[in-house]
Amino acid sequence: MQLTINGTAHEFTGDPRTSLLDFLRDGCGLTGTKKGCDHGQCGACTVLVNGQRVNSCLTLAIMQDGHAVTTIEGIGTPDALDPLQAAFVRHDGYQCGYCTPGQICSAKGMLAEAANGWASFVSDNLEGQVELSAEEIRERMSGNLCRCGAYSNIVDAITEAMQAEKVGAA
Amino acid sequence: MRPFQYMRPEGLDHAGQLLRDGARPIAGGTNLLDLMKLEVEAPDRLVDINRLPLGGIAPTDDGGVRIGALVTNSACAADLQIRRDYPVLARAILAGATFQLRNMATTGGNLCQRTRCYYFTNIDQPCNKRQPGSGCGAIGGHNRIHAILGASDACIATYPGDMAVALAALHADVEIERPDGTSRTVPVRTFHRLPGDTPDLDNVLEAGEVITAVILPPPAGGTQLYRKVRDRSSYAFALVSVAAVVRMDGDTIGSAALAFGGLAHKPWHDPRVEQLLAGQRPSDALFHQAADLLLEDAEGQGENDFKIPLTRRTLLASLREATGGAA
Ligand SMILES: Cc1cc2nc3c(=O)[nH]c(=O)nc-3n(C[C@H](O)[C@H](O)[C@H](O)COP(=O)(O)OP(=O)(O)OC[C@H]3O[C@@H](n4cnc5c(N)ncnc54)[C@H](O)[C@@H]3O)c2cc1C
Ligand code: SF4
Ligand code: FES
Ligand code: FES
Repeated sequence: MQLTINGTAHEFTGDPRTSLLDFLRDGCGLTGTKKGCDHGQCGACTVLVNGQRVNSCLTLAIMQDGHAVTTIEGIGTPDALDPLQAAFVRHDGYQCGYCTPGQICSAKGMLAEAANGWASFVSDNLEGQVELSAEEIRERMSGNLCRCGAYSNIVDAITEAMQAEKVGAA
Repeated sequence: MRPFQYMRPEGLDHAGQLLRDGARPIAGGTNLLDLMKLEVEAPDRLVDINRLPLGGIAPTDDGGVRIGALVTNSACAADLQIRRDYPVLARAILAGATFQLRNMATTGGNLCQRTRCYYFTNIDQPCNKRQPGSGCGAIGGHNRIHAILGASDACIATYPGDMAVALAALHADVEIERPDGTSRTVPVRTFHRLPGDTPDLDNVLEAGEVITAVILPPPAGGTQLYRKVRDRSSYAFALVSVAAVVRMDGDTIGSAALAFGGLAHKPWHDPRVEQLLAGQRPSDALFHQAADLLLEDAEGQGENDFKIPLTRRTLLASLREATGGAA
């Protein structure tokens, strides 16, 4: 069985018990994706599968047959940071950095969800256009814990990256 | 995690056969894999149902909606018709877990998610649900999240989910396929069981049965809301929740469909309370009567005693909001 990771095909032949997270880290050497809790409770393992953010600790690699996975290694490069990455650097959106790959992947997924008009628990209107206020961002990013408590800077970084993107698109 | 054989069924029939022979279905995996890591669940064969044709949200002939068992919680809450015509369902889903989890979690898996009882998830502790006959650690132990209604001497666990509470208020049905290829539907209100002497059984699914869809009746209209009280304002299970679908008839309550999360081994509903409210003018006195009736047989276990007054207050707040704010 095969899955695509950051655009490259990878063969998986391991133990069916292998989580997608363990396959990324141990099978593919992509250690950017972190293991915090291994139980869906922290978000450190967040990656994109077919463009949607998921917790890679709670799915099996073998279940992702044929799917396209994007990890932090597939987002930006040290020379050409993704706007989100650049904004995290500018705003001190991290201290130890352990949660950061998950935060960035999660934020990527969030922006796509918002662009598709997905409401959240704090949205007043279920059907309207989504405006990512600080309150919306906090709710939508609540699946990514930060033990260092960089939360307010993370919200600032995402807000800035989002506005930069809007200006860029206009 | 214990070793297992991973299988992909060729079709629904094949899945039914495998399941009848004792294999376990896996959909999003967000509950089952969590519990398999803890060895609370240890299936020797895992049937990956994700490639079966159980997706899609489609209108039914009578004006309702059919939600396929594999529709993710995210997709269901994002569906335009669900948001417009069944807002209590979208709200309840959005109140649960996180976007990451809801992107994987499915409609069928969500219904079948297991209790969050601390003793159930710890294999070193006694638990009649996990290991029938071993005792119940929560009775006389830590039971802050446990049931105040419908519990038994064998088990005081709660059903932890949000989505099913909204489905109970909406009078939705669960469509189930039997291993012989025939199907049956069960109201969501009776899909989950009370623990009784057999707390190992969460719901009425029998060996080999697969949930194929959830069926919503035609839109109920009215004011719909989902009020969830929890220990933190996001990413936490309900201590108490109320799903309400209230239709006003002038200045009286035409009908009030209510379901409650966090109170029992199933999404709780009480037809007596619904009857009491129907045809009445909204007032706090009436709402207190409704709470009295709802909580008539409520029993705290110690740490969860607070749920009794909390349920009353949450019901009052929900009814005030849904009826347009009675004083
Ligand atoms: C950290 C965390 C927080 C959470 N918070 C909440 C919350 O606040 N509110 C809430 O409601 N939920 C919450 N959840 C639970 C989550 O909603 C469930 O894990 C999810 O809905 C289960 O769906 P799934 O498809 O992943 O199920 P799976 O894990 O794949 O399966 C769950 C069970 O259902 C069975 N099953 C799956 N599909 C079918 C089918 N079609 N027919 C028959 N049986 C089937 C499986 O055999 C298994 O027993 C949380 C989960 C986590 C990890
Ligand atoms: S309450 Fe139920 S699930 Fe919890 S320990 Fe007792 S028997 Fe087990
Ligand atoms: S490691 Fe996956 S959510 Fe914590
Ligand atoms: S930066 Fe340390 S955990 Fe978030």
